[in-house]
Amino acid sequence: MIDLSLLPDGGMSWLDASGPKGSIVLSTRIRLARNLQGYAFSQRARDGDRSAVLTRVEEAVAASDHLSGAVTFRLDQLERADRQLLHERHLVSKELAGLDREARPRPGAALLVRGPVGVMVNEEDHLRLHGMRSGFALEEAYVDLEAADADLGRLLPFAFHPEFGYLTSCPTNAGTGLRASVLIHLPGLVLTKEIGKVLQGLSQVGLTFRGLYGEGSEVVGNFFQLSNQTTLGKSEEELLDHLGKIVRQVIEYEEQAREVLLRDHEAIIADKIWRAFGTLKFARSISFEETMNLLSGVRLGAGLNLIPGLSVYTLNKLLIFTQPAHLAALEGRSTGDPELPTVRATYVRRVLEAEAG
Amino acid sequence: MLCDSCKEREAVINLTQVEHDSKVTLHLCEQCAQAKGVETGVAVLKSPLGGFITAMGKGATSVLPTTDGLRCSSCGGTLKDFRDSGRLGCAQCYEAFDAHLRDLLRRLHGSSQHVGERYVVPGDVDTDPRRQLLDLREQLRRAVENENFELAAELRDRIRVLE
Repeated sequence: MIDLSLLPDGGMSWLDASGPKGSIVLSTRIRLARNLQGYAFSQRARDGDRSAVLTRVEEAVAASDHLSGAVTFRLDQLERADRQLLHERHLVSKELAGLDREARPRPGAALLVRGPVGVMVNEEDHLRLHGMRSGFALEEAYVDLEAADADLGRLLPFAFHPEFGYLTSCPTNAGTGLRASVLIHLPGLVLTKEIGKVLQGLSQVGLTFRGLYGEGSEVVGNFFQLSNQTTLGKSEEELLDHLGKIVRQVIEYEEQAREVLLRDHEAIIADKIWRAFGTLKFARSISFEETMNLLSGVRLGAGLNLIPGLSVYTLNKLLIFTQPAHLAALEGRSTGDPELPTVRATYVRRVLEAEAG
Repeated sequence: MLCDSCKEREAVINLTQVEHDSKVTLHLCEQCAQAKGVETGVAVLKSPLGGFITAMGKGATSVLPTTDGLRCSSCGGTLKDFRDSGRLGCAQCYEAFDAHLRDLLRRLHGSSQHVGERYVVPGDVDTDPRRQLLDLREQLRRAVENENFELAAELRDRIRVLE
């Protein structure tokens, strides 16, 4: 079992709902893709190259002002349940954790974390640096990340081309290597049936949306990750400004939709929210997906102050701790335990009773 | 699973669409998917991105049909490998497949010219002692790998001084 207490905040400060627009935006995440000169990209590299890349990154991190003292997790030496735990905590990608069917983590796959900044090593690119912040906080997330990137860039020779910019394994990431994502909860737009228009509009302005776990994941519980589609031909600031402008607009639409719901359909909305709360509070067996969908309703209720005494932070924590690997670790079960839905219902009930009575 | 459309053939494609407020997932066979305008090449099945990139690069393929065997001298990867997997082998592939990638990058991003932060690779004559130390350790590792122990001993001494 890995010891996540090594991370001062369990790597979860981004969940605490303290950031701007915390009731609508869960978190902001920015990542930079970087590769080292002189080694084939991760997928083509030999195991010896991958371990050399890891050693060089570890040494650079130790010598760096902004990253020294980082905690290292060797994905290639962890049990599947632990790797899944790191993935559920949004600290590593599914690819790095080797969670796809019949997949294993690559030799040399690792995560180094210090505070809000993490470095995935030997993912699709040699380095994937990320910065995470609670709420809608693009600038703050980028400040942390930029400092760590500049530090590592002085200590390691990154692959860079005068025309194409930072060179990446997949050309969709070349140039800045920057992908910024805002994890946003949009139940108001879904309930008012405006979401389709908003999502269509996003693709017209060069943005894209994904599910809770990023690339390739499904949208559940009305959580969407909005991010920039292109990484080349615009500066880092332009990419972040553009995403920020559009997300601000989406937040406004969501707030308007919530106002409309409260004004025109308060009884119906209140009923939906309390039913969701009731099911969560009294269910005796519940799947993660159903939990997510109900939490989405209760989260809307908390945001609209319809359910007194329930904090958005508690609901964010439930979102994380009802996932299979987290729940299993918390309750001393295995992730394949058939009793997990029962265990989950008991856990949710306990948390809600403690907070909301 | 049978195709949702013809209910006869095996479904091979999951098509997820957002219509107005809801998400609809259709399970389609290859023929019905094509009828709905979905690209169903083998590459698409293997890797969605590979297929996407192949589709994006189609214009170039028809003009330059014999370039699939173009090979990167550094990692040995070919243009065909890239088209199949959607991933390049190494940084030098960008030089080896220069013209193709410029074209592809323009299609993907609307431009091939990086205008973001200019990165300067840390030079050989670097005054930062941290960087010197890391370089020496790397040289030491290579010296040991090549069993050049005389050089290794010298490097170890220089590292000790810097430390």
